[in-house]
Amino acid sequence: MDFLEGNLELRERQRLEGHTDRVWSLAWNPATGVCGIPAMLASCSGDKTVRIWQQGPSGSWDCSAVLEDNHTRTVRSCAWSPSGKLLATASFDATTAIWECVGGDFECVATLEGHENEVKSVSWDASGSLLATCGRDKTVWIWEMQPGNEFECVSVLQGHTQDVKMVQWHPFMEVLVSVSYDNSVKIWAEDGDSDDWHCVQTLNEASSGHTSTVWAVSFNSNGDRMATCSDDLTLKIWDTSAKASETSGSSCGSWRHLCTISGYHDRTIFSVNWSRDGVIASGAADDAIRLFFESKDNSVDVPSYKLLLKKEKAHDMDVKLSAMESKGT
Amino acid sequence: MTLGLINANPVVHAKKERVARAEDSHADDAVDRLDVFDSVRDIRDPEHPYSLEQLSVLSEESITVDEKLGRIQITFTPTVQYCSMATVIGLCLRVKLMQCFPPHFKVDINVTPGSHADEESVNKQLNDKERVAAALENPNLRQLVDECLYSSELYSL
Repeated sequence: MDFLEGNLELRERQRLEGHTDRVWSLAWNPATGVCGIPAMLASCSGDKTVRIWQQGPSGSWDCSAVLEDNHTRTVRSCAWSPSGKLLATASFDATTAIWECVGGDFECVATLEGHENEVKSVSWDASGSLLATCGRDKTVWIWEMQPGNEFECVSVLQGHTQDVKMVQWHPFMEVLVSVSYDNSVKIWAEDGDSDDWHCVQTLNEASSGHTSTVWAVSFNSNGDRMATCSDDLTLKIWDTSAKASETSGSSCGSWRHLCTISGYHDRTIFSVNWSRDGVIASGAADDAIRLFFESKDNSVDVPSYKLLLKKEKAHDMDVKLSAMESKGT
Repeated sequence: MTLGLINANPVVHAKKERVARAEDSHADDAVDRLDVFDSVRDIRDPEHPYSLEQLSVLSEESITVDEKLGRIQITFTPTVQYCSMATVIGLCLRVKLMQCFPPHFKVDINVTPGSHADEESVNKQLNDKERVAAALENPNLRQLVDECLYSSELYSL
């Protein structure tokens, strides 16, 4: 499908109602939506609950479970393990809960404590054995899953000088990216010899980075590019020449700025997501969703991204996206 | 936690005379700067038993409304350069505006340029949606904000 040709449209299929406060984040269960298994979505909210939505045989979505009476404050972020069997939920109550899906019911099987205050984001690595969390206490924590749903903290990563907004594992390498209110993006990896986690690279203003809070990051499916979005009203595309086979050491510290997408947003860009097909979607505080695609202009060395479409008033309020689906309040 | 007041001797001004608005001169659902000012002028200062208007923390002129774009901009002037209550005042403004105006309005709140030593830091916090939401879940802070908002009822005519 050539995205750059023809009329693209973004149409709302259904509005999922149920939460009684702002919806902050959502996540598609990766083990669903294929091979006849109905698609499953998790949403988390300021109402302190997480809702599970499933697509029924008629194609419409219904709420199949409400995960409540656990978190005592806003649930800010949620993430499914690669197997789709576990759901991690990160909350302003400073904890991260791990839920297991057993025949349609969800049970909280672990609670990760350690952050000093609000946890903002949680991410599983490709193997499903490591979990990363981050928060307002400026730290990033890495946890390892042990048998029996036990989680052990493997490392507390310090380096950001402010609130860490999001963490995201590389799609297949043991490399972690974090983005922050301190305007920087940090890349973390394990030291080949000592198994210590440390910051291998910092992308800040000096490296053509953002000039205000960085809210989100998303990798492309190849894992050789990532997109970041910011309160500075730009999206930035980063590129690495690190080879897939080199999974540790200094080779992961080779991210460089590729291009900046500017002039399209006039309010904070909260969310960015890079689809499998290469479309970059942004969700911003002007209630709009914008889709971008790389234009293959061979006369120019540097790749450029064109706006495919802008969907205004996609929500009644600010938009945050997840994997090509969006939500607001 | 400071024991003394940040500003023990605030300068108190008279309140601007309230103009009764003629019914037909103002479309019911259009929002203008006086509507916004009327909603926030009586918010009580966190430290003193006076309104933000009386302390000249804000005025009608410090408010801009773009009805078409759905934007409200407020700048406010803390009474002293090192006022640690600046973020609390900002939070009070946010909560009051959320309560009084339709949710599609985008609100930008900043301190008047040059009026605060940590201007950039205060502005950044006040305009970070996530930080504001988390702060309002803090029971102590919420209580302080509620006191500033609800005691203003004593001042309404």
